[in-house]
Amino acid sequence: MTQDAKVEDELALVALLRAGDAAAYERVLRVYGSRLLTTARRLVGNEEDARDAFQDALLSAFRSIDSFQNGSSVYTWLYRITVNASLMRLRSRSRKKECQLESLLPCFLEDGHQANPCPRWAESADLACEREETRSFVREAIDSLPETHRTVLLLRDIEELSTAETADLLGVEVGVVKTRLHRARQALRTLLDPIFDPRNE
Amino acid sequence: MNCREALEFLAAYVADELEAGVRATFEKHLAVCPDCVHYLANYRATISAVSQSCRNPHMPADHELPEDLVRAILNARIGGSSQDE
Repeated sequence: MTQDAKVEDELALVALLRAGDAAAYERVLRVYGSRLLTTARRLVGNEEDARDAFQDALLSAFRSIDSFQNGSSVYTWLYRITVNASLMRLRSRSRKKECQLESLLPCFLEDGHQANPCPRWAESADLACEREETRSFVREAIDSLPETHRTVLLLRDIEELSTAETADLLGVEVGVVKTRLHRARQALRTLLDPIFDPRNE
Repeated sequence: MNCREALEFLAAYVADELEAGVRATFEKHLAVCPDCVHYLANYRATISAVSQSCRNPHMPADHELPEDLVRAILNARIGGSSQDE
């Protein structure tokens, strides 16, 4: 299908949605739904919250179809709403106390050398992620990061959005995304020592 | 370049976004600093662990959109606020 035909198609679809055509709503769910639900699942990390976030997102999108800007992509529009609903669901979920990021970052001596060099992780760190137990430890560690940093890590390293897309979605500068991502990974690296440091085996 | 400076370049280095000159200086530091080599390896493993953490066998396969969820959303849309909760 050419790009023009796609746009025409989307405009026709949006017109039907605005007219309240029930079949068009069902079509949107069937065409885009599974990809959007997958995004919600990856972001919130459990099926129940993912379903809730997905439902919140789609209903909110359907209610605000009048605000859809002709010419933009229906999928991109729904994707943003789904990401936001998922992040909101994560925020509202009762969670354990957020960790102090600063205390998890590397320290340096006066000459700039690492003060407490990190342990050399087992070669099998990657293999360990095959185990569900490891993955849920990692997930909990991610969940304990401060929200601002966790959000960037999820969008960049799980959703695999670009720096620019992440910045746009969160309404922050590109430089802020870069710094938060780096700090989030560094803090997480420290949080993962207990499972990947071979001395703990 | 010392460790403090080197570790600030990690994200750009693993994304292959470092400008050639900085990259060469960074790699020169790595060549003499096993601590930063370990840090880099762990940093990469962390990124990989994050991307694998969302694999969850308790969640249905990606392509599945549960029919009850489709129905719930379509019904809630027509029924306005009267959702099936």
